[in-house]
Amino acid sequence: MRLTLKIWRQAGPDVAGDFVTYQVDDVSGDMSFLEMLDVLNEQLNSEGKEPIAFDSDCREGICGMCGLMISGLAHGPEVTTTCQLHMRSFSDGDTITVEPWRADAFPIIRDLIVDRSAFDRIIQAGGFITVNTGAAPEAHSVPVPKANADRAFDSAKCIGCGACVAACPNASAMLFLGAKITHLGEVPQGQPERDSRVVKMVAQHDHEGFGGCTNIGECSAACPKEIPQDVISTLNKDLRTALRHGY
Amino acid sequence: MATTTSPATRPTARSTTIALKMVMAVTGAIFALFVLAHMYGNLKLLWGEEAYNDYAHHLRTIGEPMLPYAGLLWVLRIVLLVSLVAHLWAAFTLWGRAERARSHKYAVKKRVRQSLSSRWMRWGGVFIFVFLVWHLIEFTIVRVDVSGKPVPDNPFQLVVDSFQVWWLTLIYVVAMLALYMHLAHGVFSLNQTLGWTNTKGTYARAKVLGHVVAAVVVVGFLIPPLAVLFRLVK
Ligand code: HEM
Ligand code: SF4
Ligand code: FES
Repeated sequence: MRLTLKIWRQAGPDVAGDFVTYQVDDVSGDMSFLEMLDVLNEQLNSEGKEPIAFDSDCREGICGMCGLMISGLAHGPEVTTTCQLHMRSFSDGDTITVEPWRADAFPIIRDLIVDRSAFDRIIQAGGFITVNTGAAPEAHSVPVPKANADRAFDSAKCIGCGACVAACPNASAMLFLGAKITHLGEVPQGQPERDSRVVKMVAQHDHEGFGGCTNIGECSAACPKEIPQDVISTLNKDLRTALRHGY
Repeated sequence: MATTTSPATRPTARSTTIALKMVMAVTGAIFALFVLAHMYGNLKLLWGEEAYNDYAHHLRTIGEPMLPYAGLLWVLRIVLLVSLVAHLWAAFTLWGRAERARSHKYAVKKRVRQSLSSRWMRWGGVFIFVFLVWHLIEFTIVRVDVSGKPVPDNPFQLVVDSFQVWWLTLIYVVAMLALYMHLAHGVFSLNQTLGWTNTKGTYARAKVLGHVVAAVVVVGFLIPPLAVLFRLVK
């Protein structure tokens, strides 16, 4: 297929950017979105032009690096990451607008690459458990009920891609926060630091400049890992409990 | 480029955006209970002049002689006024935050899951507030008879005069549509904000609850004005 791409180009963090229009021919439906961009970059390289900067790492949907806003949808029209998005989701003659995640807490580094280290700082603030590492503990020493283990595991699927922030009208990261809080809060190992964890992580979230949540639900619709809205309720409940405990 | 920002200083639960949301949820719940009670009281209009005026009088004499005349009414008024200030303060603080959180908007952005109600919370809330100011001027603070007749002393008569004017009833119908949307999302949202929707089931039920509360309130509120407009109550 033949596609028209309107891609955001911005030479650096502090300079103005704009859309530039490109044509790509012979796109196969079996390509991923990133492979299609690779083809475009080859083309730009051969013309002696600056290739488009975009992020990727694993290209198998597990690292969270590759987020792009594709014609108004975070990670495009499929429920997956941009690297796993098939070009067969588009049709011949389509015009596709490609933008970076837009959130002041995710500053643009170049073109389509944003700096998501705000997420790292949120994790550093409290998204961990304090245990002795070294020898693996005996798996049966701390039993976890199946239902809790399942919910913890489902929440732990979050790859920190930032699509929730990108899709949220308030640029809130509450789905990401909710996933992390639920993941640790559902298991016994997460209990000792539960109150201080939620306060520190939410405070860091606010400090980074993300917006507040209005329970609109765009985040879950965009999430490649299908993290549901109820983890935000768990986050809220943990904060309410911390409030009651005087944190 | 690694822009390292400093960590938040001395984090407390009270100073988070979630705590602000909880202020909105608790004050919103107070409003929801209030509008339910207010709607119930208005329905007395259908039982005629005496029932309605007795109710208005009774509101002022509840608790006497333990409370002074209109004592409970004033307690309620103060609670509602403080709640309104807190609700608006939280709403506008979060609104400002959300604007600053995305200062550069998308060129193309599609909506996938958001409901109409959820999208209109802020401007719809502002509209409800403007309506509320007019509503209080009309029936409580100044008392205005839009039909042009001299303002009657009798609460029942003022309501009947007013809603016989078609455009006033129309304003109220539009305001009730706005209230429906605000309550439908608001009642759901307050459950989520207070952390009561931790499972798929409770989450789905809270959504239904929002629409049920909104429908009960709005239908109940609309019955008396429409009954007056169509001369079923005179
Ligand atoms: C200028 C006036 C108002 C504004 C700007 C406003 C704005 C808002 C906003 C932005 C929310 C949060 C929505 C969300 O979480 O998605 C909200 C929630 C709510 N509002 Fe209002 N509102 C106003 C007046 C009212 C009034 C008069 C009522 C009473 C009927 C009311 C009842 C509620 C309820 C029940 C909630 C749910 C609380 C929650 O979201 O957790 N609001 N309002
Ligand atoms: S919650 Fe979903 S959308 Fe948000 S960062 Fe995690 S995986 Fe990405
Ligand atoms: S490149 Fe790792 S998730 Fe897409």
